[in-house]
Amino acid sequence: MFSYYLNLALRSLKRNPVLTALMVLAIGLGIGASMTMITVLHVMSGDPIPGRSAQLFYPHLDPLPSNYGNNPHAPDASADFTWVDAMALLQAHRAEHQAAMSGGALLVRPSQMDLQPFYADGRYTTPDFFSMFGMPFMSGRAWSQQEEDAKARVVVLSNDLAQKLCGGKTCIGQEVRFGDNDFRVIGITDNWNPQPQFYSDDTGDLFSDPDQFFLPLSTAVDLKLGVSGNQSSWCKNSSTDDERTSGCMTWLQVWVQLKNQEQVSAYRQFLVNYSAQQKALGRFQRPATNAKLYSLMGWLAHQNLVPTDIKLQLWLAVGFLFVCMVNIVALLLAKFLRRSSEISVRRAMGAGQRDIFIQFSIESAIIGLAGGALGLGIAELGLWSVRQRPDDYARLAQMDVSMLLSTLVLALFASVLAGMLPAWRACRVPPASLLKTQ
Amino acid sequence: MRIHPIISSLRHHRLTTFLLMLQIACTCAIVCNAVFLIVNRIEQVNLPSGLAENQLSVISSEDIRKDDNAEAQQAADLAVLRALPGVQSAAAIMNGSLPLNRNSSSTFVCATQEDFQKAVQDNAPGPHCVEPSEYAGTPGTFTTLGLHLVEGRQFEPDEYITESLQQADAPTVMIISRSLAQRLYPEQDAVGQSAYVNGKPMHVVGIVDHLLRPYLDKPATNYYSMLWPVSPNSADAMYILRSASQDRQQVLKAAVAALNKLNPERLIQEQKTYDQIRHTYFQRDVTMIGLLLASVSGLLFVTALGITGLASFWVQQRTKQIGIRRAIGATRGDILHYFQLENFLIVSTGIAFGLTLAVALNLTLMRYYEIPRLSWFYLPISAVVLWLLGQLAILNPALRAASVSPVTATRNV
Repeated sequence: MFSYYLNLALRSLKRNPVLTALMVLAIGLGIGASMTMITVLHVMSGDPIPGRSAQLFYPHLDPLPSNYGNNPHAPDASADFTWVDAMALLQAHRAEHQAAMSGGALLVRPSQMDLQPFYADGRYTTPDFFSMFGMPFMSGRAWSQQEEDAKARVVVLSNDLAQKLCGGKTCIGQEVRFGDNDFRVIGITDNWNPQPQFYSDDTGDLFSDPDQFFLPLSTAVDLKLGVSGNQSSWCKNSSTDDERTSGCMTWLQVWVQLKNQEQVSAYRQFLVNYSAQQKALGRFQRPATNAKLYSLMGWLAHQNLVPTDIKLQLWLAVGFLFVCMVNIVALLLAKFLRRSSEISVRRAMGAGQRDIFIQFSIESAIIGLAGGALGLGIAELGLWSVRQRPDDYARLAQMDVSMLLSTLVLALFASVLAGMLPAWRACRVPPASLLKTQ
Repeated sequence: MRIHPIISSLRHHRLTTFLLMLQIACTCAIVCNAVFLIVNRIEQVNLPSGLAENQLSVISSEDIRKDDNAEAQQAADLAVLRALPGVQSAAAIMNGSLPLNRNSSSTFVCATQEDFQKAVQDNAPGPHCVEPSEYAGTPGTFTTLGLHLVEGRQFEPDEYITESLQQADAPTVMIISRSLAQRLYPEQDAVGQSAYVNGKPMHVVGIVDHLLRPYLDKPATNYYSMLWPVSPNSADAMYILRSASQDRQQVLKAAVAALNKLNPERLIQEQKTYDQIRHTYFQRDVTMIGLLLASVSGLLFVTALGITGLASFWVQQRTKQIGIRRAIGATRGDILHYFQLENFLIVSTGIAFGLTLAVALNLTLMRYYEIPRLSWFYLPISAVVLWLLGQLAILNPALRAASVSPVTATRNV
């Protein structure tokens, strides 16, 4: 029976080739536009570190004075940590792993004569960073807590930077020059590039290139290396030669790893208690209950990484798809009902309502499948054009298998849904009435 | 032509007619808002910066020796740049701030001392304080940028100071944009007034007609900016060069070569024409304009397709009736007008719903995204566009209907 309906549907579609083509084109355009934007949204709100993200948390304290200016356009100053608070959290050791970090750009001066100095982005961090995030190493190792405490001049390089600086030779044990200081290379990381770069400060491009180097945080502070990212200070007297180690400037990010629900609630309580204690000491002025603990995905959602334009574009695409669907419903309806006499004959000869319904649903499903295939092509084209954009997220806009399948499912679903109403109307055509009139 | 028979005929296709109206309404709402957004973005992209844009080039250079005297290096650099053939003038600007390059630094400015004291007391800027963007540079900045003075004067050579960390060395005069002048001193002439910056008075000596901010935000504040006579003193230098439009690429190349020759221990971070800065700033808007245009044309195309498709079906379905009408005396024109009027009725109903929907959509967008209120004249424009589209889409099927011969009536279809 199915192949018979298929045959009927194909015949009917062939009878109006132009109309069929236009319907396929309409659904293809609608699906293509929607899937392009849904894919962009999908890659932008994906899990940056699958398998580990459930155990990673971002604590939040509110050390700002109560009268701290609230500029709606400035980044949230309390999203970052002061040195004092970050160190307190690290030393309290209440989580499985905990690390404080900050981004920095340093002038790399290659020893080769033919290479110009260049800036590289990297991270200053404490040693738990590597074990907590499961950073893969190509060779060498991360620095130890002792080296961190001793402000050791050591560095871990990314594979890319190591290739650039040492060429084919091994980098481990070599000295490299960053700015005005030499550092001994102790490790080289393998490719590791979570997207978005969840652990960095949210004022930068979170969909940026991976970090090129990693330095001990205490070393960076000791050498007063420049920090990139938001730095908000409310220090009254800037007599201290480095505001960064004071308790009145936020510039660090802190991540913790917690294994289970008890640890999470315990840590949340610990943050509130810590805030209350700091408030009692007079350091904090805002309510202790401002302290929060975000899950990784919760933190990303809180940062709202998807730009307004992308959301607008998504709505535009969805609206477009909707109009295309309405269009197809109307066209199919007119088309099916024009065949009322044919339906009447089939009904008179014994076809049930169900048979008619299935027959016409198959016809609309064929349009849907063809439209879906076209939509895939259009979406690939759309994603290609997104990749040409200058934005940091652009190069991520790739379709994966799950998106590929959802495109086809969406197209099929949309067209069967669009065909449902016309098919239902068609199957209600009474068997004999139309035979009489003609 | 009477409307009554058309309506009763449409009653037979209630569902289809409704769907067509729904489609037209949605198209109308989306097209109306999309065109509004397109016009908005185009206006944004074309905002004048106040600079002689097509004559400007920018080079930023970082001295990586660090220990050297930045001011001396800068003076030497400028001397070399000014001597280059084709360069009409050159200057170094502070903080690398230029209109539309996103390097913004801003300071609170209050109209009078009382306003400033009140703002400090309340820890909130009062109604007479604003936060304009600040620009500053070496002597020659004004001419190199090509600003247009509308009132007052430019800076005198002895008014320039060198940037330093000490707040005590703040400049005492400034030039402000006309929009800032109107905001601070709506009633009086701004030239000669003393505005308060960081608690110190700064004399307004001149007013320029336009000076766009490095970073655009609200349309009303886009031109809030001021120019200070402060020479930068930093290893990170940004030089602006003015030359004839056609010389820019050549001048840039020569300038980079000359700077590198003078001091090879530097990194040239940026070398571009001002046009590139504007292009980069608005790249996203240009993409968005393209997308909106594509969706508007796509929607109109699909809707026209729907109208033509449905009309073709209806014409085929009614061939016999058309034949009968022709046989009893209707002219070709009557048949043509019948379909045109029918389409007009459907499209008009769709538009009526569509315009309501357009306003609702705009209000929703305003609530969630930073989008201004829809201007009323977009409504009649989109109505006219859809009417024309409908008539255009119906023309072919209607002509086909009109060409049905009266003989058809006698045939058994």
